[in-house]
Amino acid sequence: MTIIKCRKISRGVAEGHVLLTHEAISFLGNVDPKTGVIVEPKHELFGQCIKGRVLVFPHGKGSTVGSYVLYQLIKNNAAPAAMINAESEPIVAVGAIISGIPLVDRMERDPFDLLKNGDIVRVDGTAGEVEISEGQN
Amino acid sequence: MYLTTEEEKTLQGEYGETLRKAIEILVALGDIYGADSLIPVRSAQIAGVSYKTIGDAGLEWISDLKGRVRIPAILNPAGMDMIRWQEMGIDREFAKKQQEIIDAYERLGISTKCTCTPYYLEGFDAGYGDHLAWSESSAVCYANSVIGARTNREGGPSALAAALVGKTANYGYHLDEMREPVMSVTVDFELSGSDYGALGYVAGKVIGNRVPIFYLKGHPSGDELKSLGAALAASGAVALYHVEDVTPEAVMSKFERPGEGFTVEREQIMEVYKTGTACAGERQAADIITVGCPHCSPAELENIAGLLAGRHVRKEMWVCTSREVAERYPDLVRNIEGSGAKVVCDTCMVVSPATNNYRCMMVNSGKALAYVPGMCGVASRYGSMGQCIKEALDDDN
Repeated sequence: MTIIKCRKISRGVAEGHVLLTHEAISFLGNVDPKTGVIVEPKHELFGQCIKGRVLVFPHGKGSTVGSYVLYQLIKNNAAPAAMINAESEPIVAVGAIISGIPLVDRMERDPFDLLKNGDIVRVDGTAGEVEISEGQN
Repeated sequence: MYLTTEEEKTLQGEYGETLRKAIEILVALGDIYGADSLIPVRSAQIAGVSYKTIGDAGLEWISDLKGRVRIPAILNPAGMDMIRWQEMGIDREFAKKQQEIIDAYERLGISTKCTCTPYYLEGFDAGYGDHLAWSESSAVCYANSVIGARTNREGGPSALAAALVGKTANYGYHLDEMREPVMSVTVDFELSGSDYGALGYVAGKVIGNRVPIFYLKGHPSGDELKSLGAALAASGAVALYHVEDVTPEAVMSKFERPGEGFTVEREQIMEVYKTGTACAGERQAADIITVGCPHCSPAELENIAGLLAGRHVRKEMWVCTSREVAERYPDLVRNIEGSGAKVVCDTCMVVSPATNNYRCMMVNSGKALAYVPGMCGVASRYGSMGQCIKEALDDDN
């Protein structure tokens, strides 16, 4: 088991399988708020579903309405379990907090080197830690 | 970030879930931007009001909140005139959802006067050095630049969080060092009226989100500065600008001229009038004329009433203002509406879906020119107040 320190942005603890992208996400427009499927054809994750996953992406972008889309995803039971950013910005930070989705950023080891799709990780947004299950690294 | 004992308790949830989330938002933003503490704010202005903008997602969030704001808080324009929406061509379903959003904000103790010019309203007349948590980009630009108050460009949820907690995180434009100009904009010819909106439209694209200082000929009025700032915030992301010898911080601080800068030529201003984002075909007539972006001041209403006196408009014309200002000047409103123009309150041409029903809009606002084509899918032309009114009085020939 590996524990990596990071900065806490939104409180709470959750575990799930990693879904990783190197591209920023605009929750307004890129994500279907009913299903959690990435609907932007040009996005690296096009067609994939973020529901229940630990979504790892560099940062948010686009309209500030994206914060509310995260809230809608929670209401529709289609939200990611937790999120990890390289560097969080206000749209995703605010969206995560109002939705109660754990969010951390600035991991002490680069998540894009360390993590791959399908890894099981536990994000602790209260303590500021990411725990990677044994045998994966 | 340093938190007081009370703030720490709030963050631990001792005062309920709504306040816990509110302060968590402020703390998270403070951490992201390197704030040292939370500071009290005098008022909040909350964006995220039009159903067109926030949709069901936003409505659900606001409806779920419980509590009361601790400081005066007011709303950004909604998607319709809250009383005369039917005359605007708003459908019943939209009106119902819009009313639900307003009601949800009202339950939190927020003033439901919807305006982008809160500084004209009682209780929101911010002063020099006041810390605020305002959202709407032109109001932020006016408060920082023309009044010398201090606010970041808050998102809807962070402004609401500030209203509930009565504080905001101390970063960005709350700090002296972030308010110094870093580039100069020089204009060597006289400007008047809508020229300032055109200047903002041109200069904002170059300035982006930096703090400029303008070196102008002449002394712009408050309304002219309002147009300049609104356009700077829309075509760029300017939240604070200075005008040498005019705006309060430039007068008091005597800033050194920044090394970086550019000059705006007369031709660049004229170009905005000639083409704007021209309606398809160069001479296409406008089928709607809108003024009041940002919302009209009393002086602007008086000017419009004078220009329309004894005349009759032949095209749809909206004069957008806040309900409080309209109610304060019933004679001016009567005179304007006597011409057939509509005094539209609580909303504007940018955030209302009603503008989608038109083909080509004429505006006297650099901000509207920047937003209407993209956000409403309606072509736009630019003119002075006089040219806009002339267009409204003419028929299509």
